[in-house]
Amino acid sequence: MIRFRIVKRQPLSGWAKVAIPIGAIVVTLMLSAIPILFAGGHLWKSYFYLFYGALGTRYNLLETFVKASPLVLTGLAVAFAFRAKFWNIGAEGQLLAGALTATVLGVHLSAIPPALVLPTIIIAGFLAGGIWASIPALLKTKLKVDDVVSTLLLNYVMIHIMGALLFGPLQQPGSSWPRSSAIIEAACYPILLIRSRFHLGILISFLAVWIIWFINKKTIFGYQSKAVGINIRAAHFGGINTTSVILWTALISGGLAGLAGVGELCALQYRLIMDISPGYGYSGIVIAMLGNLHPVGVLFSSLFFSVIIVGAQTMSRMTGVPTYIAEVIQGMALMVMLIFLLFTEYKIRVMRR
Amino acid sequence: MIGEIINIAFISGLIGATMRMATPIIFATLGEILAERAGVLNLGIEGIMLMGAMTGFLFTFSSGSIWLGVFAAACVGMLLGLLMALLSVHLGLSQHVSGLGITLFATGLAMFIYRLHFGSPTVPPIIEPFKQVALPLLSKIPLIGSALFKQYSLTYIAWLLVPAMSILLYKTKIGLKIRTVGENPVVADTVGVNVTLTRTLCLVAGGAFMGIGGAFLTLAHQNMFLIDVIGGRGWVAIAMVIFGNWDPVKGTIGALIFGFLDGLQLRLQSVGLVIPFHVFLMVPYLLTIVALIGVSRRATVPASLLKPYRREEKGG
Repeated sequence: MIRFRIVKRQPLSGWAKVAIPIGAIVVTLMLSAIPILFAGGHLWKSYFYLFYGALGTRYNLLETFVKASPLVLTGLAVAFAFRAKFWNIGAEGQLLAGALTATVLGVHLSAIPPALVLPTIIIAGFLAGGIWASIPALLKTKLKVDDVVSTLLLNYVMIHIMGALLFGPLQQPGSSWPRSSAIIEAACYPILLIRSRFHLGILISFLAVWIIWFINKKTIFGYQSKAVGINIRAAHFGGINTTSVILWTALISGGLAGLAGVGELCALQYRLIMDISPGYGYSGIVIAMLGNLHPVGVLFSSLFFSVIIVGAQTMSRMTGVPTYIAEVIQGMALMVMLIFLLFTEYKIRVMRR
Repeated sequence: MIGEIINIAFISGLIGATMRMATPIIFATLGEILAERAGVLNLGIEGIMLMGAMTGFLFTFSSGSIWLGVFAAACVGMLLGLLMALLSVHLGLSQHVSGLGITLFATGLAMFIYRLHFGSPTVPPIIEPFKQVALPLLSKIPLIGSALFKQYSLTYIAWLLVPAMSILLYKTKIGLKIRTVGENPVVADTVGVNVTLTRTLCLVAGGAFMGIGGAFLTLAHQNMFLIDVIGGRGWVAIAMVIFGNWDPVKGTIGALIFGFLDGLQLRLQSVGLVIPFHVFLMVPYLLTIVALIGVSRRATVPASLLKPYRREEKGG
């Protein structure tokens, strides 16, 4: 009888860390053939339009960056929290908290000098997301409430807070739709390249990649945060104030997600609507895993995802495959990546007896 | 006098709505308890429920048989439970991440298949939903009779499943095996229980419950499939498992409280208060968190929950 066992292997060399995500992406794209064929799409034509739609023209290429910006930020948010084993599944709610704050300020902040409006909004949006994330962190550290559940439930609380405000005090006067008034011009992110939507928020998200990398690698806090993630008891006995580390981790994590909300509002929508986020917070989880919780990994997996999301639009138009293929591919990518990651630590041994 | 009649009608309606809204949560909570008692946290629950809701609707729409829809939802739940088992039990991947992966995958898949089959019509297609069944005699009890005993068949099934699950877990040999696997897989393995198989079967059976719980929402509560039909009820079920301390009866009490709040919210909306209805929608989730604060300190989590079991790493 032949049995398969999963056993530990020697650590892989550095190149494998790069090769594995690439391998996972290739396998995911191959697996995507199943839903494409199932939907009756022509295979090569579908793949072609997937990539042509995302990279083929100047506008589409820049649009891929536009789409990547919130994904980078939510991906970083999740990666930074997961690294400390703070299971923040609430990036979606934190993003909405940021967008909501940006709306309130963006509509009403006409009294202060225009140059100060945008910095105020960015800082406030960061804080709003961070504070919203620090609620489950407090519940976890002080009251032992499971963070997975509390962050998830708070997403729904935030959606309904937003709904109550959009049908109430924030609703545009005279409108019967759940939408806010437009923000003032000084609150809009500047567009950096003409004939596109390439905006300041994209640079902010790239900067955030570098900042998180710096915090992780070069600061004591980054080291402490990692230590808490590896073994919270050992970190505690080693003299780290684990409660404070988890709280600060949550604040930064939620803040990054909040910035994603600010970007969507101030650069693309200019007014708050109920579906301001098509689930960027949840995509952030996949992106963080696909990027192996590393900031640079997050950057590349966000770009891969935005290629899929932007490309799926063109593919859908040209071949009739529903755009929800993008979500299916995201889910598959996560599972494939998980299996690939497993084999960096383990290998299959065939046993005969 | 008139005020009093409205009052009674209101309360009796509220009891009925409580039972109705608790049904999907009861199914999902029981499914999750089964998985977690065997040591696996299944965060795929939200996606499995959505796939159940979509599959149940699709099969009922195509075949005209509502029970075939329920059966299909159960099957799809079992398949996704099996996928969860492959990832988290056989390969021993992080239960958090594999569960979330399944939710994301299943959510995308449900919308993909629905769109593929129905396109994007302006008026969503509908089915002939379950009808409420009045139990003879019991439904004739004044005041509460028609509220409690004029329900959908699936609600009665949920009620029968609660004691059945309690008996299975606490009074049978199988239940003892499941609990041992969840508490101490090394001991279970030593006495000859197949840990991997037990966990797999619990995830598969639990997946069936989750699938049916989702199908209730499209086949009984509503008669159409909408993308946000589950609306976080899977996550609520996860919270109810903790609230109920991994016990089917206590978990059901939690589900009833949530059902009550959900029902109250629907009733108050129809009464037409000036408060925005989103405030009511928020309350069940907020109170679930508050309830968790109350119980989390003294929660007794199955000892090997979240820990993959590899025989070679025994004692590690």
